[in-house]
Amino acid sequence: MAQVILDRLVATFTAGEIEEIGSQHGNEWARVRRDAWTSVCAFLRDDSTTDMKMASDLTCVDRMGREPRFDVVLHLYSVTMKHRVRLYAGVPEDDCAVDSVVGIWPGMDWFEREAYDLYGVRFRGHPDLRRILMYPEFVGHPLRKDYPKEKRQPLVRRSGIPGSPE
Amino acid sequence: MKTEKTLTPLERGGASSQAEGSRRIVLGVQEPDDLDLPTDPLPLNMGPSHPAMHGTVRMVLDVEGEKITSVDLQIGYLHRCFEKEAEHATYTQIFPYTDRLNYVSPMLNNVGYALAVEKLLDIDKKVPERAQFIRVIVGEMSRITDHMTCLGAGAMELGAFTVFLYMLKAREWLYELLEEVSGARLTHSYLRIGGVSADLPEGFSAKLLDIIARSRGVIEECGKLLNKNRIFRDRMDGIGIITREEAIAWGITGPVGRSTGFDYDVRRDHPYLVYDRFNFDVAVGSVGDNFDRYMCRIEEMHQSMRILEQALEQIPDGPVIINDPRIRLPAKSETYNSIEAMIAHFKVIMDGIHVPPGEIYSFTEGGNGELGFYIVSDGSGRPWKCRVRPPCFANVSILPKILPGLFIADIVPTFGMINMIGGECDR
Repeated sequence: MAQVILDRLVATFTAGEIEEIGSQHGNEWARVRRDAWTSVCAFLRDDSTTDMKMASDLTCVDRMGREPRFDVVLHLYSVTMKHRVRLYAGVPEDDCAVDSVVGIWPGMDWFEREAYDLYGVRFRGHPDLRRILMYPEFVGHPLRKDYPKEKRQPLVRRSGIPGSPE
Repeated sequence: MKTEKTLTPLERGGASSQAEGSRRIVLGVQEPDDLDLPTDPLPLNMGPSHPAMHGTVRMVLDVEGEKITSVDLQIGYLHRCFEKEAEHATYTQIFPYTDRLNYVSPMLNNVGYALAVEKLLDIDKKVPERAQFIRVIVGEMSRITDHMTCLGAGAMELGAFTVFLYMLKAREWLYELLEEVSGARLTHSYLRIGGVSADLPEGFSAKLLDIIARSRGVIEECGKLLNKNRIFRDRMDGIGIITREEAIAWGITGPVGRSTGFDYDVRRDHPYLVYDRFNFDVAVGSVGDNFDRYMCRIEEMHQSMRILEQALEQIPDGPVIINDPRIRLPAKSETYNSIEAMIAHFKVIMDGIHVPPGEIYSFTEGGNGELGFYIVSDGSGRPWKCRVRPPCFANVSILPKILPGLFIADIVPTFGMINMIGGECDR
């Protein structure tokens, strides 16, 4: 359905910016080289055949054990063409950063803050990158696979609250 | 005896003794100098424990007099680790968590989640037709309860307490019927992967038609109380305007998006379940202010009722869950009377439904807009990642842009009509 987007991407970015493309369950996806992340995004928004004026969702996947460890995942939608595409950008753990797309879709502001908060991926150029769901004193990034589910970090430390010092 | 005559010059805020950068206004003192509103920016904290903030959000405002100059919106007070919990639960166990996302329309979340998993399992076309109709019916009932809560609470915050009571009365009729269907008033967990947990109860159709007729009367009555109400209109008209371009760039969908003229409804544009078999209109606004958002929701309730009437007419007989031993639980009578069914039951409960490796982004029309589920499966009985794309997260994120320039009192109707649901926004 949205094969036209992938064809267009492959035809336009010929210097290896598009690392892999595919389609599964009716979802078309493309893996984008990290340094071409914003240029591919801006192209998809502005090109008349793709016209992805809306970004539905931005999140992150921790694929622990694989290199690079994280994938930043972006879901785009075109209001006029009514087609969608999913983009991945691989982010390694030791250089955990990718360029921000807030300049392209201002609505991604909070979504990037959330991905930073829960996975620790920094978004270069984000205007206000701080935690959004957790509190500022929180240590670590809770949706990483190596963050134990049972771990407690209560903001108010009192005896009787799990995780507080006795 | 007038007590202000005894105040010392310092407390009166006299010009000579006033501390640099601070002013005090003492009530009862009538010198004009003392009544000027301070023009220095003043930080003002609103929430999280504030009746108009729905208990779950904090706003740090900078105000000049009554005028807002900047807003820092802080969410997360209702964060309950949905994703982390979902990664450790079987696919069936996630249903109760989805109930608690948008807790005024739990059925719609159930539907969105079930569809996502079914697409990964490649059974979305094999779900029995009757189950698909039931999903549409309970989903649209939930949409009506969602809008009734939003409009009732929004009107109450502007002083129209009667509307709140009327709307909640009608909402309760629907909740009672949903309780009859699922056994729970609010957290239904009624859907299952591959169908629904039980068939509709006897006499459901007649009861629902009766509720629809009575609810239409309630909505009309509330319209008479509000639509030409001077107080209501003054606080809704032209307040909190979002343009169509902003809505698209911010990913704002649902009634809030449509009120701006952004004509997008997943039910019509990307039909799922059996929505392509019904006639319904999509309400679209033109101004994008609070009143448009209110009117869009009113119209959507009417359209949902139209869908419900058509669905009740067309609903076929048949099974309500897919007959696939890997997915559905065996019937209780078999489970208790045969060892094979007992083992099958145990496997589905303990190991979970095994979903082939893959990734899916599935989206439906939730109460507040595009409700997306992005699920990554590694082939086991528990998802590797289960992400919700919450519609009101995007809707709320535009507030820091549209609130500056408005008055403090405008926050209440704007925040109410954006309809932030903490459970969904913070997850």
